[in-house]
Amino acid sequence: MSETLTKPLTAKDFTTDQDIRWCPGCGDYSVLKQVQSIMPELGREKEDIVFISGIGCSSRFPYYMNTYGMHSIHGRATAVASGLKISRPELSVWIITGDGDALSIGGNHLIHMIRRNFDVNVLLFNNEIYGLTKGQYSPTSPEGKVTKSTPIGSLDHPFNPLKLCLGADSTFIARTMDRDPKHQREVLLKGSQHVGTSMIEIYQNCNVFNDGAFEVYTDKGSKLQETLFLESGKPLIFGADREKAIALDGTIPRVVNLAEANEADLMIHDERNRFQAQLLVSFFDDPKTEGHLPRPFGVFYAEDRYRYEEAMEEQIAGATERMGKGNLDLLLSGSNVWTAE
Amino acid sequence: MIKEVEEKQEVTIVFAGDSGDGIQLTGTQFTNTNALYGNDISTFPNYPAEIRAPQGTLAGVSGFQLKFGSIEVATPGDDCDVLVAMNAAAFKVNIARLKKHGTIIINSDGFNARDLKLAGYQHSPLEDKSLNDFRTIQIDVTKMTRTALVDSGLGKKEMDRSRNMFVLGFLYYMYNRKLEGTIEFLKQKFAKKPALIEANVGVLKAGYHFGDTSEVFTSRYNVKAASLPAGSYRNIMGNQATALGLIAASQKSGLDLFYGSYPITPASDILHELAKHKNFGVRSFQAEDEIAAMCSVIGASFGGKLGITASSGPGIALKAEAIGLGIMLELPMVIVNVQRGGPSTGLPTKTEQADLLQAYYGRNGEAPMPIVSASTPSDCFNAAFEACRIALEHMTPVFLLSDGYIANGSEPWKFPTSADLPNITPKFVPEKKDDETYLPYKRDKNLVRDWALPGMKGYEHRVGGLEKEVDTGNVSYDPDNHEQMVKIRAEKIAKIADSIPLQIVNNGAEKGDVLLLSWGSTYGVVKTAVKECNLRGMTVGHIHLTYISPFPKNLGDLLKNYTHIIVPEINNGQLIKIIRDQFLVDAKGLNKIKGIPFSTKEIIEVIEQKFEVA
Repeated sequence: MSETLTKPLTAKDFTTDQDIRWCPGCGDYSVLKQVQSIMPELGREKEDIVFISGIGCSSRFPYYMNTYGMHSIHGRATAVASGLKISRPELSVWIITGDGDALSIGGNHLIHMIRRNFDVNVLLFNNEIYGLTKGQYSPTSPEGKVTKSTPIGSLDHPFNPLKLCLGADSTFIARTMDRDPKHQREVLLKGSQHVGTSMIEIYQNCNVFNDGAFEVYTDKGSKLQETLFLESGKPLIFGADREKAIALDGTIPRVVNLAEANEADLMIHDERNRFQAQLLVSFFDDPKTEGHLPRPFGVFYAEDRYRYEEAMEEQIAGATERMGKGNLDLLLSGSNVWTAE
Repeated sequence: MIKEVEEKQEVTIVFAGDSGDGIQLTGTQFTNTNALYGNDISTFPNYPAEIRAPQGTLAGVSGFQLKFGSIEVATPGDDCDVLVAMNAAAFKVNIARLKKHGTIIINSDGFNARDLKLAGYQHSPLEDKSLNDFRTIQIDVTKMTRTALVDSGLGKKEMDRSRNMFVLGFLYYMYNRKLEGTIEFLKQKFAKKPALIEANVGVLKAGYHFGDTSEVFTSRYNVKAASLPAGSYRNIMGNQATALGLIAASQKSGLDLFYGSYPITPASDILHELAKHKNFGVRSFQAEDEIAAMCSVIGASFGGKLGITASSGPGIALKAEAIGLGIMLELPMVIVNVQRGGPSTGLPTKTEQADLLQAYYGRNGEAPMPIVSASTPSDCFNAAFEACRIALEHMTPVFLLSDGYIANGSEPWKFPTSADLPNITPKFVPEKKDDETYLPYKRDKNLVRDWALPGMKGYEHRVGGLEKEVDTGNVSYDPDNHEQMVKIRAEKIAKIADSIPLQIVNNGAEKGDVLLLSWGSTYGVVKTAVKECNLRGMTVGHIHLTYISPFPKNLGDLLKNYTHIIVPEINNGQLIKIIRDQFLVDAKGLNKIKGIPFSTKEIIEVIEQKFEVA
């Protein structure tokens, strides 16, 4: 007994005996590996951790985690997790979802869970395609996307997932990608430490149905030009030689040459600034357009706000203090009793 | 002037007025007061779906019917002895239900030219001969109320809101009842507005004194206490009884109650009631939609709580996929359907029993689940408790069927004490030895799996909606395994028949010519009809089902004891399909699909026909 208590957990403790069924080369493998690797750092026992997923390729995830887990139904992992978290606030709850699961069929539950700010971690695997149903466009696919269900191009304007989350008053939003394990690990850890709903969007490559969707952010040749890694307290600097920065022209962010920029105009990242977060989630240009802004990665925004489940516990404690612990006999009799002899 | 007091065994009254006239409150107060006098009572509120339907119109009429008596009262009555009509529309909608020589109390101010026009009258019905068969008492309630409040400082609109109290006071005089209960109620209701307490109490008393001084009555009426079985009683509405049954099950199982639901008529009152009782550890969660409500219950049950949701037909339809997940996960949870008229939005405030087949079959795949139904307002308590017991002891989602009629109706309830109620034993996983492997889908002799909760060390496991491998619960696409699992899930539900009571013949003849086989809210009216028929010399039995899935094991044998089987339902024939399917009997349907309950007369007529033919 004492041995199991003192022996620190390792990533291996979190693997299961189930065969992993993702396609070879799928970005999901990388996320699974990173998640397993940060688990020991949560400081929680395996039995106190729960992974809940919806439906989709990534939603197989719980089967591969040696914790408690539930592979629920399409779009509803967030709703299942809400009920679990209200019931068992002390558990560490992780939601595994995809762009179709979270933003299409489960869009309603996602925004409502976010505004309630349950203390859960959401890993939103965004591959901009429906993989499990074999290649239809998703709510994050770009306009005009040619897929099996849109042979002459999609007519849908896509969601900007993090902007949507911020619109629902998310208390933690971050973005990372499958191809950068180090960054992913960092963001996952930060998300796990945030108390409240941590929304982590992960750019994840579907090498079968949407290969290269995020290549511009992961390819050595373009990555430094097209990505902007956020560090709180530091200016937004990027470029092959870190020669570019973002400066504010009034309220409009623009790419400037760092050497020539007026230091006072440079945007300094501040995770606690909700107005700046609104600007950062809007860095969402098509990388093919002229003068576009780089795509930010890292923690965009974090704030501390009350958690629904804690407030619920307080209400229960308050009601119990005010009215006394529930007495079933008094409840059953009510206040207007008469007796038949 | 001292008036004679005439004894009555039972009285049926219909209060009817505009939906803004406070009819429901008046009816409820009259009910509660009579309950405290020990009468047996049955009530039937009947109101429009619109919160404020156009004033004065037929569509806007709100009604509250109650029967109270010194003898057993099992229905709110067919025709009424007294009709209170606050306006012409209320008169028109209800006058056909007044018995010959019945009493009609009219608010004459509700019969002006505009009211008559809105009700579709060319001439005032008060002036023609059609009322000759009735005893008509016309009172200008508006004028009397305003006179009573002349010094109150209230505006006319505010004064008129107390009109219902004048009528209530008048009826209290008529039936020899004291005002104290209602005065106490008004004091609590308007605790923060003392001026309104004074006004309403003043008008209530004015109505009472008017009865006394107006010489309308030569005699008053008295309805003595009913000889109910000895014990302590309270009055209770169905939805309230459901909520109490759920809390009782939570207390007797030692599990906190999680209630996830989305507002819908006529189920919302269960949420309202439960939300008041947080000091019982009740976690009531108003979810963003019906689907989320159901899924939150699944999350709560996975976490070890007693997970409950309630809705009505349209909401249940939305929950269907998640209920299927609950069946696959084999976790305990209760889904309450307070049925209303369908399909689609249908008749939100009217009653129907048309979701039985939805409960029975309304999921994808082979997805059987137990169904328990409530018979009367107070029986909602027993049914709710029993649904929770089955869920927790058999690790399955359970349907509890109620309906708008019993959900909003009320009756005296001989409430149990906590000690009277059995303990419920959740099927938690037993302590395991270190070297043992936990198999999440290993079963006991009843085919029930064990419940291991997050936080239990060594039981970490994954569940999900994909087909499970026998014992291990791992994902399996094996053809033989699937067939085996489908059969196991079906047999598990069938085995619940071993833990429920055998069916009894609830009323009437143990064997004979005719059997009435009913379920749900038709209990009271079928019971009354069967009793009447047996008194008239017909041999009629009444079996009323609480358990619809699985059926009690002896039901098939009982059915063989009768020549004719009639299945009365407030639908187009649903239980009858299941009965014919399972027992191959030539049952005949008696169906009413009007959004209102059967009258006793309607049932008796059909029984009589059977005897005439025979």
